[in-house]
Amino acid sequence: MATLDDYKGQTPAWCPGCGNFSILRTFKEALVELGLEPHQFTIVSGIGQAAKFPHYLKCNTFNGLHGRSLPVATGLRLANHEMLVFAVAGDGDCYGEGGNHLMHAMRKNVNVKLFVHDNQVYGLTKGQASPTTHEGTVTKNMPFGVFSEQLNPMALAVALDCSFVARSFSGDPEHLRSIVREAVAHKGFCLVDILQPCVSFNKLNTHEWYRQRVYHIEPEYDPADRVKAFERSLEWGDRIPIGVIYRNSRLSLEERIPMIHERPLVKQSHDIAKLCDILKEFY
Amino acid sequence: MDYSIRICGEAGQGIQTVGDTLSRVFARNGYHVFTHQDYESRIRGGHNFYQVRIADRPLTAACDRIDILIAFDVESMEKDALFVAEQGQIIYDSTVLKQKPDGRKFLDIPFTSLAIEHGGSRIMANTVATGAILGLLGMDMDILFKIISDTFQKKGDDVIKANVAAAAAGYDFAVKGCASCSFSAAARAEQKMLIAGIDAIGVGALASGCKFYAAYPMTPSTGIMNYLAGKSQEFGIIVEQAEDEIAAINMALGASFGGVRAMTASSGGGFALMVEGLSLAAMTETPIVIGLGQRPGPATGFPTRTEQAELQFALYTAHGEFPRIIFAPGDPEQALYLTNKAFDLSEKYQVPAFVIFDQYLADTQWTYAGLDLNRLVYTDYRLRADSLSGLSEYKRHAYTETGVSPLAVPGQSRHIVVTDSDEHDEDGHLVEDAETRKKMVEKRLLRKMPLIQKEIAPPMLYGAADAEIVLVGWGSTYGVIKEAVDELSGKQSVAMLHFSEIFPFPGTDGFDFLGLLRNAKKTICIEQNAMGQFARLVRAETGFEFSAAINRYDGRPFTVENLLGELHGHIG
Ligand SMILES: Cc1ncc(C[n+]2csc(CCOP(=O)(O)OP(=O)(O)O)c2C)c(N)n1
Ligand code: SF4
Repeated sequence: MATLDDYKGQTPAWCPGCGNFSILRTFKEALVELGLEPHQFTIVSGIGQAAKFPHYLKCNTFNGLHGRSLPVATGLRLANHEMLVFAVAGDGDCYGEGGNHLMHAMRKNVNVKLFVHDNQVYGLTKGQASPTTHEGTVTKNMPFGVFSEQLNPMALAVALDCSFVARSFSGDPEHLRSIVREAVAHKGFCLVDILQPCVSFNKLNTHEWYRQRVYHIEPEYDPADRVKAFERSLEWGDRIPIGVIYRNSRLSLEERIPMIHERPLVKQSHDIAKLCDILKEFY
Repeated sequence: MDYSIRICGEAGQGIQTVGDTLSRVFARNGYHVFTHQDYESRIRGGHNFYQVRIADRPLTAACDRIDILIAFDVESMEKDALFVAEQGQIIYDSTVLKQKPDGRKFLDIPFTSLAIEHGGSRIMANTVATGAILGLLGMDMDILFKIISDTFQKKGDDVIKANVAAAAAGYDFAVKGCASCSFSAAARAEQKMLIAGIDAIGVGALASGCKFYAAYPMTPSTGIMNYLAGKSQEFGIIVEQAEDEIAAINMALGASFGGVRAMTASSGGGFALMVEGLSLAAMTETPIVIGLGQRPGPATGFPTRTEQAELQFALYTAHGEFPRIIFAPGDPEQALYLTNKAFDLSEKYQVPAFVIFDQYLADTQWTYAGLDLNRLVYTDYRLRADSLSGLSEYKRHAYTETGVSPLAVPGQSRHIVVTDSDEHDEDGHLVEDAETRKKMVEKRLLRKMPLIQKEIAPPMLYGAADAEIVLVGWGSTYGVIKEAVDELSGKQSVAMLHFSEIFPFPGTDGFDFLGLLRNAKKTICIEQNAMGQFARLVRAETGFEFSAAINRYDGRPFTVENLLGELHGHIG
């Protein structure tokens, strides 16, 4: 059985007090609880503070380009659907640069578990607005304040019938741990939006700000009801729900592909003999 | 004997069906066949043609001369009829075209009414026309009947019978109507295979063990996706239509990282979106094969026409410095083997490999006595379960003498596989230090490059090594230059030097092609672009300057007559 020590990666280069630390610790704890070993899963990430996550943990890692973690994760899952695949992204990475990929990963329903560290700001490039930044927020390059409407990832995901839609908070490790476990158990694409304070650049959405607003979705709530889920996903402001907002049991992309029902692509051998007749159709 | 048949008309009139059927009939009859197409970017209407050339000797190019023209629309009568040879024939249906030109060349065949009378439906007009062509040539109908019965097998006996009757009616009408025609084409011994460039790339990918193909549709690369999708069930290959080209290349990289051979393809505009992914492949040393189907640009250009103007783009695009491999096959046979070589070298050296082609090569069909799949190579260079579990430690980007690190498949042992688009250490973790950066550049680039270069074959010489005039080409101009050399030999001392393995630029160790060029009186670089991109590459790599250049950049391919015409301006 793996212990926390087995997951020790490089020393994080995040700012002291950053919400990412708690996410990292909690994620490792969840992996230990799940009995997973470092070689049994892969984390795919893009670029940003959040995207450095897999280096700070020990596991198979493909740390690719800004916004592109989901297509890489999709290709990896299709090549080897026995591999558990996580994608870790920032809100800029995933809702901004990679927005198109997110939309289509949800439609395809590839069985990848996406964790978005949503600090509502671009951290690594020093504090520009992200798609989830509140309208009106003034930044260095937006002296008149953000003009665009704040993106609502939960509502977007419900609208696209995403298979698993959840929100958690870096300041509530127990909650986050349970969401990680639920996401791993879920068969289909999972979007987990994690509220994460950025102590260096986001002076509005601080730890305190979240703590006053975040509440646990009540146990009686039925995440299978899409209309209710849509209602819940619109809550933001004085009260912000965390928990599983929506869940369905659509077939995953991998389940729909007949060629890999028996074994994953990576375990299929290349049989040249089988190709003998392939040129026949050209006669 | 060398006949050229052009089927001409609007998109949607069944030109493709007639052309495809005829070329298969000819190939099965043992003729050498060469087909090419010209079409506009629209689904119906416009002016399009499908040209089939048949001969009793090998053919490698398109020609302008037309021996038999099937004119399905008025425009064909006006434009294409000008190219019909002195002894040629133009067949058409005066009830459809509403005109009845005079002259020996014209043969009015009521395609539609024969179709209704004998087949029971006007849809069979194309079958009548196909039969009529065979009638003009005096060719046996058995093979056509066999193709009809195979094609309509699912639709049942009645449909087969009706089509056979329609074809026979066209045949008889042509035989009677063209009693004085001089064509003749008796069946020959060996049936031949007929294959288009795009399908040959598809076969090459499949035969190389490609298990994952992701792409976004774009002419002229879409045919690879269609071919592979058609084989996916039988050969266990996943073909994923990505949301865009950025996703396509990243998906292919994800699959390759996961342990399977992967490919993507597009044309210039789509490849422009893949460029950051190309750089990612290089940094993470993830094998990938990229098909680049050139078409005239910039931007959307001429979507369905041909050009060789993306060589520079393939050569220099993407940020940073890294090795890449570029092949540009000249015909479907080379397309098959070079796609295979691209997969092999890409995985062996963990670098991106390109197969670049163009609309002309994609669509042209060539005949062969056969292609030998035993010539294909397949070596799995990856460390899998057994070889991995025996290792005491594993570093994805370990420094080695060759620069090539062991390539492990994640999840197959307790070792973990880590890679990064940032500069990284041997373990794959991101770093910032100068020393590691320097060693990684040496590993990825400087060590690998000379080894890859040794794998590159020299250009192909066609003709004598001491020829006075050397015609140089790359990629799809292979066939037309070859025919030009055939035409000119006897009168001139001329040879062709054709490059299909373009980058790393071939060395001269095995074959001193530079010496050959330097000794020639005249060297002419022939390219389907305006800037002479290949000539520039040669100059950059070797310092050699060609004495002349022939460039065609109107979106149409060189034809034999048109290239010979251009050559006469240079060599008299
Ligand atoms: C193609 C590309 N564009 C821009 C950048 C620069 N860049 C790096 S990280 C980043 C934004 C990061 O924000 P977010 O994804 O929210 O992550 P955070 O750093 O806040 O965790 C940007 C714009 C890049 N690396 N690549
Ligand atoms: S900039 Fe913000 S998100 Fe990035 S490490 Fe610092 S606190 Fe965390």
